[in-house]
Amino acid sequence: MLESRSVSKSFFGKTVLKDVDLILEPGKIYALLGPNGSGKTTWMKLAASLLKPTSGEILYKEEPVGLASRKEIAYLPTDPFFYSWMTVQDVGRYYADFFEDFQPEAFEKLLSKMELPTNLKVRTLSSGMTAKLKIAATLARNAKVYLLDEPFNGIDLLARNQIMESIISSLNPEVTLVLSSHLVEEIESVIDTSIFMKDGLVAEVCNTEDLRTREGLSLTQKYRQIMQNRANLG
Amino acid sequence: MKLETTVPIYLQVGEEIKKAIVTGKVKPGEKLPSARELALKYTINPNTAARVYQHLEQEGIAMTKRGMGTYVIENQDLTDQIRIGMAQELVSHFVGNMKELGFSEAEIVKLIEEER
Repeated sequence: MLESRSVSKSFFGKTVLKDVDLILEPGKIYALLGPNGSGKTTWMKLAASLLKPTSGEILYKEEPVGLASRKEIAYLPTDPFFYSWMTVQDVGRYYADFFEDFQPEAFEKLLSKMELPTNLKVRTLSSGMTAKLKIAATLARNAKVYLLDEPFNGIDLLARNQIMESIISSLNPEVTLVLSSHLVEEIESVIDTSIFMKDGLVAEVCNTEDLRTREGLSLTQKYRQIMQNRANLG
Repeated sequence: MKLETTVPIYLQVGEEIKKAIVTGKVKPGEKLPSARELALKYTINPNTAARVYQHLEQEGIAMTKRGMGTYVIENQDLTDQIRIGMAQELVSHFVGNMKELGFSEAEIVKLIEEER
């Protein structure tokens, strides 16, 4: 279980996250939804223990996140993180050196499922191929928590379906998946629980099937409601 | 299949499976895909896929054999039952909408006859 307890983060006096309380359970797919600059990436980096909170704490298995939790929490950043001279296969080896839980067979399987040849150089990849490579490298870890920051950014329809299938396949009762996106429609059908973020705050948390059952609203409609209401009040 | 985003997904996928039974694509007693396979087929959440089967079990259409998976129940009348059930739902939805528009029952019947 991953727990965020009144987590705040400021950069140079500017608050980007404020009192974020969340409990994320295994066996579920969560979405962090909000416009750019709402704090999604910052929260993920805190959970991945790449940043330290200004106040509050993020607990994994009841311990503050840090070196130990990094072994079980996989993070997919938005920016590319491979050297351009590497081949797709080299990226696998590079990852295997970094992460004990990296599974080369799973990496190969993911690559073939997403139809990405292993002999290509990173520098020759299109943005869609780079996105697939990033996803394959991250999901090939046998982690317990996957934090995927904007996995569908700049990706065409077909690649998106392949990535979505890989994400669905990697969920099991022990795994927590967190996706962030500002494109709500794309992930509407795969999310258990949506966390709406606005200006560094958690505006609302809701189960997406309940939303459709009780309110007859789609995730996209709910998103508009929350983001616009708040804007009007502000 | 295109999913409606404002209607619960477990109901929509459940309807698809019922249609497959009614049209004979899936036979009584046949094994249904696992929840994971269902999730991949429709690109939906695996927990929602599991809920589809819970729902079909509650409706008496499917049963889960422990450790073996989910099966359509082995009842030859099932197809007719589902077909009638689905028809009743469609009719009640239609009649409700027509009444909202101010049509009487007699007028509704007449309109249906003219439609043929």
